Amino acid sequence: MKRYSAFAIAREALRHHTGWERAWRKATPKKKYDVVIVGAGGHGLATAYYLGKNHGIKNVAILEKGWLGGGNTGRNTTIIRSNYLQDPSAAIYEKARSLYETMSQDLNYNVMFSPRGVMMLAQTHHEVRGYERTAHANSLQGVETQFIGPEKVKELCPIIRLDGPRYPVLGALYQPRGGTARHDAVAWGYARACSDMGMDIIQQCEVTAVRSDAGKVRGVTTTMGDIDCDKLAIVVAGNSGVLADMAGFRLPIESVALQALVSEPIKPAMDVVIMANTVHGYMSQSDKGEMVIGGGTDGYNNYTQRGSFHHVEETVRALIETFPMLSRLKMLRQWGGIVDITGDRSPIISKTPLGGCFINCGWGTGGFKAIPGSGWATAEMIAQGAPGPLASAFGLERFREGRFIDESVAAGVAH
Amino acid sequence: MSTRLATGGRLTDRTKQMKFRFNGQQMRGVEGDTLASALLANGQLMMGRSFKYHRPRGPVASGSEEPNALVNLGQGARFEPNQRATTTELFDGLVAASQNHWPSLQFDVGAINTHLSRFLPAGFYYKMFIHPRPLWKHVYEPFIRRSAGLGAAPDAETVDADTYEHFYTFTDVLVLGGGVAGLQAALTAARSGAQVLLLEQNAHWGGRTPVDGGEIDGKPAEQWIKDTVQALEAMGNVTLRSRTMGAGVYDHGYVLGYERLTDHAPETPGPRHRLWRIRAQQIVTATGAIERPLSFAGNDVPGVLLASAIRDYVVNYGVSIGDRTVVVTNNDDAYRTAICLHGHGLNVPVIIDARMQGGGALMAQAEALGIRVLKGKAIAKVKGTRKVTAVEICDQAGEGAVLETIPCDAVAMSGGWSPVVHLWSHCGGKLSWDEGNAFFRPDLSRAPTSHDGAPFVIPAGSANGYIQLKDTLADATTAGSSAATAAGHQPKVGTLPQVAPREEAAMLPVWLMPQGANVKLRSKAWLDFQNDVKVSDIQLAAQEGYESVEHAKRYTTLGMATDQGKLSNINGLATLSAALGEAIPSVGTTTFRPPYTPISMGSIAGQARGDIFQPVRETPLHGWHEAHGVHWEPVGQWRRPYSFVQQDETVEQSVNREVKAARDSLGLLDASTLGKIVVKGPDAGKFLDMLYTNMMSTLPVGKCRYGLMCNENGFLMDDGVVARMSDDTWLCHTTTGGAERIHAHMEEWLQTEWWDWQVYCANVTEQYAQIAVVGPNARKLLEKLGGMDVSRETLPFMQWAAGTLGGFPVRIFRISFSGELSYEIAVPASQGLALWERLHAEGAEWNATPYGTEALHILRAEKGFIMIGDETDGTVIPQDLGLGWAISKKKADYIGKRAQARSHMTDPTRWQLVGLETVDGSVLPDGALAVASGTNANGQRHTQGRVTSTYHSPTLNRGIAMGLVLNGPDRMGEVLEFTKLDGTTIPTKIVNAVFLDPEGEKQNV
Repeated sequence: MKRYSAFAIAREALRHHTGWERAWRKATPKKKYDVVIVGAGGHGLATAYYLGKNHGIKNVAILEKGWLGGGNTGRNTTIIRSNYLQDPSAAIYEKARSLYETMSQDLNYNVMFSPRGVMMLAQTHHEVRGYERTAHANSLQGVETQFIGPEKVKELCPIIRLDGPRYPVLGALYQPRGGTARHDAVAWGYARACSDMGMDIIQQCEVTAVRSDAGKVRGVTTTMGDIDCDKLAIVVAGNSGVLADMAGFRLPIESVALQALVSEPIKPAMDVVIMANTVHGYMSQSDKGEMVIGGGTDGYNNYTQRGSFHHVEETVRALIETFPMLSRLKMLRQWGGIVDITGDRSPIISKTPLGGCFINCGWGTGGFKAIPGSGWATAEMIAQGAPGPLASAFGLERFREGRFIDESVAAGVAH
Repeated sequence: MSTRLATGGRLTDRTKQMKFRFNGQQMRGVEGDTLASALLANGQLMMGRSFKYHRPRGPVASGSEEPNALVNLGQGARFEPNQRATTTELFDGLVAASQNHWPSLQFDVGAINTHLSRFLPAGFYYKMFIHPRPLWKHVYEPFIRRSAGLGAAPDAETVDADTYEHFYTFTDVLVLGGGVAGLQAALTAARSGAQVLLLEQNAHWGGRTPVDGGEIDGKPAEQWIKDTVQALEAMGNVTLRSRTMGAGVYDHGYVLGYERLTDHAPETPGPRHRLWRIRAQQIVTATGAIERPLSFAGNDVPGVLLASAIRDYVVNYGVSIGDRTVVVTNNDDAYRTAICLHGHGLNVPVIIDARMQGGGALMAQAEALGIRVLKGKAIAKVKGTRKVTAVEICDQAGEGAVLETIPCDAVAMSGGWSPVVHLWSHCGGKLSWDEGNAFFRPDLSRAPTSHDGAPFVIPAGSANGYIQLKDTLADATTAGSSAATAAGHQPKVGTLPQVAPREEAAMLPVWLMPQGANVKLRSKAWLDFQNDVKVSDIQLAAQEGYESVEHAKRYTTLGMATDQGKLSNINGLATLSAALGEAIPSVGTTTFRPPYTPISMGSIAGQARGDIFQPVRETPLHGWHEAHGVHWEPVGQWRRPYSFVQQDETVEQSVNREVKAARDSLGLLDASTLGKIVVKGPDAGKFLDMLYTNMMSTLPVGKCRYGLMCNENGFLMDDGVVARMSDDTWLCHTTTGGAERIHAHMEEWLQTEWWDWQVYCANVTEQYAQIAVVGPNARKLLEKLGGMDVSRETLPFMQWAAGTLGGFPVRIFRISFSGELSYEIAVPASQGLALWERLHAEGAEWNATPYGTEALHILRAEKGFIMIGDETDGTVIPQDLGLGWAISKKKADYIGKRAQARSHMTDPTRWQLVGLETVDGSVLPDGALAVASGTNANGQRHTQGRVTSTYHSPTLNRGIAMGLVLNGPDRMGEVLEFTKLDGTTIPTKIVNAVFLDPEGEKQNV
């Protein structure tokens, strides 16, 4: 792999960029792999990357029915934070956040991780107590957060209005090293690194069946033919139920559309990420200048990946109360992504009833921030045959045992 | 130089002059101008700077597809960035400024990027700024952020001076687009009797047909348009709205319309924008077509415009872009521009036609006028930086060897037309590639479908791929007729509008000019003018493996500008498919997303701003509280008194006073916000037995019982007192925040699981005011009012009675959330205030003291009563809270029973409710955790408990708290360390959670 650098750009500029090689190889499927990963989104690619990097397993194929990074990795609001309440969540999200810190260097691909700080606004007394509780928990979990007062909120985010008529800003849970990254670049950077390790990323290759024998996975059938494998990982947010069905088991998830939108680009006005859970909205400003706004999930299950309007209305309405200047901006584009929601709003990283088959799903509305940690933990589980400490609490058995990891506790809404 | 012509301008009225300012300079325009046409009339061709390279930019189009001419419009509370000059109607006093430059439009430091462009290809930022790590956040990114963005941010402290509103409507047939196709479709549908709504984004009807000319039914097109609009206006079943854009098409015929009411006349009273929320049975998309640019070097220089736009400016506004305009084309339509310019006395030195054989009748017409036509030729390069000075001509089939240089000051380009398929596509309509016309058109066999699987969108006219006027009108007639039929009406057989056919030669797809352009030319050939994406960028994306159209888009930012690729997408994906050696349809398009053009956030929010953002719910006593020093606390949508602050008193002091008054003598609480749900019916008892953990069916009439409600996962979700009103009627009290949620929970179970049970639920929370009379003197006050026997014998604890108290029709519930002797009195809401004032006045002799939520919390915490939302958080089961006594052992089932049998729920190491007292008497912080020794496998500190409620108790004059602790009830007296946020810990003793009157003697007197 030719390394990227300012020097490389200068060298290529002199020959009109004719020397750049493909970021990832175009691969055709081999007959058999040690590990087949279904889904070349952020989580699938990160899983492959850490399988190679941490465990030396490089005979790996990543199968993608569309284009890599084209699911929720390419349609989220790019927020990265780890200020979670429950221990297992804080552990995996903080692992992910810390990996984001050095991802550009690790992958030699600038993913533009920008620790600009994340603030979760407290707008009721109940929320204040909830976030104080999270701050106490974070202090014991090794997650750097603080509960800050309204003046500090205004200092960090001058465009905010503190004394809105309905929900005044009473404070915020602030994580200074939270922030954003360029979502597509995360997928592309991992893909490039995986390809460089010799792994095959096979796009436009849809899995149509999972083949097994005596309770043990044998391979998959795809639109490009049969591919055998020793181990199979299903990492297909938005389609997990479909793939699980092929593998012969059911998942406790519902798939719904999550709504998001961006404004037209303006000059820098906001240098932090704001989440306002009471009024269901979150916002940051991209490097391009657009206000990136996330809303809620539709109240009905579907797979369409389309935008709907009523959540956009609620979200924009609430954010205008919090950021009055927003009223004079325009909505440029709205879209939806399909998220898998579990009963406790926490993910599933688990062995499955089918031997050799593993699943990673259920990240709900918060999957992007988890990508590196999720990949790390899933790779560890695949390599060792059983979940390690980061993943062990997220097994499917927790629903049978009632051992939920409920994050809606503090915030009252999904994350 | 661009200027106002001596004559012309069908949309303008030159007798009405208007003044406006651009970049501080006073300018003049005329009524009917757009800001763009007025600027051009003043010789102001350059209107902005591009996004990445800060290149000089003039308008390239004349309508909503414009990517370049964006301005900061207005001032103060009416400021708006990124406003398109081409669709901004001029008004007297308009103030605008160009964007994205420093220090000025003419001289922009950022323009250095254009000289560095060779070092800034697509995706350069993914490949550099990687080392050293901290520099990205602190140096590179801030620099990129400042040079990116476009318009200025509106002032943070200024509130939008305009108002907005939403409007809801239904219609049989919705026609989007008021060009000739939209008018004809609407007329056809309306004649069937269907309700028709016709929306047009511009201020004028007829689209671009009046500019293009032609005759319909033997009269000039413009006259036909006028007559048709008149006919439609005269029909009672038709509604027409101009300045109203179809913004988005959603599931099941749901459409957003965006009406700009006062943008063209800001002093007009009333809302600025109106968002139409439309349910249509059938939608006709008559959204027209957009001309495509051609990709040649220097096609972004100010003065290079779409051929149709140059024609628009001349015909509609009487404005010319230049004196010598070179026309370059791959189709016949651009000849109209040459003929039009010639007719207005403007020079057209040459028409460069990429087709070897040239055009049809229009070419002959142009040649007859003496205009030179070059066939099989192309533009190698446009000369000039801030404006066009010349074009270099070459063979289209060659590599760009210059044959001739022609001085000129404007270039009219036409790469063919693309139907506007956005609204067809929003809700899933698919496209097919039309080889002959080289455009995507709606694939009618794959239309958006509704709940019944039937299509609900019908494209019409050029939006459906019929570019010729005759075909457009014929297709629109069919569309109008089909829409009416599908909406259940019988279309009338009418005659088609008569249009003479026009002979035009076939267009030639030209995706790069010249065909073999070298890399130097390709890196000057723009695809996306705003985002500075060039042919070479797309080719680089393909070279590097970003082969999917979505990858190429995201890698290069093609089509991600404020025009969302209206001009660039087709050229971009044709370039990509050529680079990949694949057919265009197999590469496909990116997804079309709403809105069609950007719509104001203000319009999305509508009326619900400021005080009416969300309704504040008020109890009947709200005004009284307001007048008596209330300190409010928002609780859900309610405002509840936190406390009543008297003169010379802090909030904390007021709370302490209120607690003491209730404990020592008499307190009054407005409990009206507590949820009240009536559950009635033959199966009501059975239903409540399933809903609550307790047995409710056996509750005798006249009695009350404290009940717990769990969700199907076994977690405690609400609590409250249930009173049996009659044989088949129960009244369930819920928490304040829980009323709507619990009502919905009941309905969900009744409607989805037990739909055959005869039960009816009604939320009557707001029908009653409820006042708690609390304290040792509570009974005396009620007796003073008189009318009911409230003695211990007649109305003991946990019973209720109906009667007349002091003349008020009341229900009195003898229940207590404070541990004191307490009556909760419910009265019809309209009499709530009168009863409250009466109780307050008559209770004066016992110092009747109104108290708020904080005193309520302290009173209950001193008694160890749990509070939903404090002791519970969605992960707590009743067994954790020592509430096992409230779980019926006799019942076969209740919601949550099975879940509570799961292994983790019966785990003896679940944390249990206890009381907590700091050793030093201080108040524990909210949410503090009890630390344990060691760390887990993830390096996190072990914990063994947490604080759920914590207060200063004025009664005990010390901090008291409740919490959940590992094996807590077995560890009474043990001291744990609880966290503080400053990193230290507080030694805290485990005690009984009932801090006061553990036998409950006070409430039973």
